[in-house]
Amino acid sequence: MTAAAYLTLLYGAGTTMALSIAAIAVGLPLGLLMALARWRRLPIANGLVKVYISVMRPTPMITLCLFVFFVLPTVGLDLSPMHAALLALVLSTAAFNCEIWRAGMASISIDQLEAGAAFGMSDWQTFRRIVLPQLWRVSLGPLVSEMTLLIKVTPAVSVIGIVDITRAASRIGAQTYQPLPAFIAATVIYTLIIAIVVKVQRLLEGRIAQRYGYVAS
Amino acid sequence: MNGLAIVWDAKDIFFSGALTTLALIGVCLALSIPMAMLAYMFLSESPTPLAKFGRLTADSLRCVPFLLFAYLVYYGLPELGLRLEPFAAGLFTLVFYNTAYFFEIFRTQAQAIPPETRVAAEAFGFSRIKLYQRIVFPQLLSAAAPMLGNQAIMVMKDSALLMIITVEDITFAANFVSANQFSPFAPFVLAMVLYWLFSLSIDLTVSRLNRNFTK
Repeated sequence: MTAAAYLTLLYGAGTTMALSIAAIAVGLPLGLLMALARWRRLPIANGLVKVYISVMRPTPMITLCLFVFFVLPTVGLDLSPMHAALLALVLSTAAFNCEIWRAGMASISIDQLEAGAAFGMSDWQTFRRIVLPQLWRVSLGPLVSEMTLLIKVTPAVSVIGIVDITRAASRIGAQTYQPLPAFIAATVIYTLIIAIVVKVQRLLEGRIAQRYGYVAS
Repeated sequence: MNGLAIVWDAKDIFFSGALTTLALIGVCLALSIPMAMLAYMFLSESPTPLAKFGRLTADSLRCVPFLLFAYLVYYGLPELGLRLEPFAAGLFTLVFYNTAYFFEIFRTQAQAIPPETRVAAEAFGFSRIKLYQRIVFPQLLSAAAPMLGNQAIMVMKDSALLMIITVEDITFAANFVSANQFSPFAPFVLAMVLYWLFSLSIDLTVSRLNRNFTK
């Protein structure tokens, strides 16, 4: 493999990272909102979110990408491949994040909420001061696992023409007639990215354990 | 109406696609769960360095995206002189990759088994094989059932990626029909409905098994 090939791969890595980070940045709060809707049993939203998650859980990312990319233009929503990929990733990761946030909320006892209300806190204050500080600590581990899963499904977006690490590798393979070295290099890059994410999680967990005296799992 | 007609005309493609996906899931589960059980048994009985090596292998496999691994197998095996059909190569990838995940599930769930049961079995003079067969695995399988179900759904989602190495599964069928008829909506909705139905039946099977185990 030439230096130019490595550069192509690195460029693809930039795309993969940008897509993953954007999807996480949108998917985390969106999941939290949906989890709140289910937690507070908001009349219509609760049912909608339930159906949405039940559909998203079994849908493969590649099917979702093709669906978003080909079907949305037929209803007048023209998306560039990049936007379509981002939308597909967000749709999927938000559903899983919602379930993680919801499990975290279930671990917070009703007594605490009642105590908040007894002290005259509004719902928002109770959420911000009592629920959220505990919630993110409990949810951190599963959320990071979901992030690594997200990074691992990003190769699916290469099917709608995005030059991420995977597509860069298959291009190099097609040019040099030697696909194997390119794919091995790509695998190494993915492994490095995921290893770094897991390492950051371990560091954060260590900080939490130091500060609050227990390990969030 | 138009969409329904298109899907109806292509029912044969969808039917064989659904069969392919089902075959991939079924064979993968039937092979990788027992292989993961064997690996778990073998590695918990082997000396520490070997067990560590096994864990490291499984861990690093879990860092690799499935599609990349499929490419590595698809292009790598011919270099070793083994030329496989796309379906066989895909199935091999699916089984090998998911064995690592099932192994990890067994390893973490094993911590939930009370150690006393093993000690008691040893005191009763159970042989190693009988110990796993009668004491460890029944508890392990029932503790791990929900996670095994989740992983089975992951197997299904992974199997869709194999269309890229031209395995003709459900997603391939949807893409094929949509490209030929210039009408993407109905084929992709049908594909998603099929996946959704498969996942419902996996969930149902897991809850059935769980009830049987806890009886």
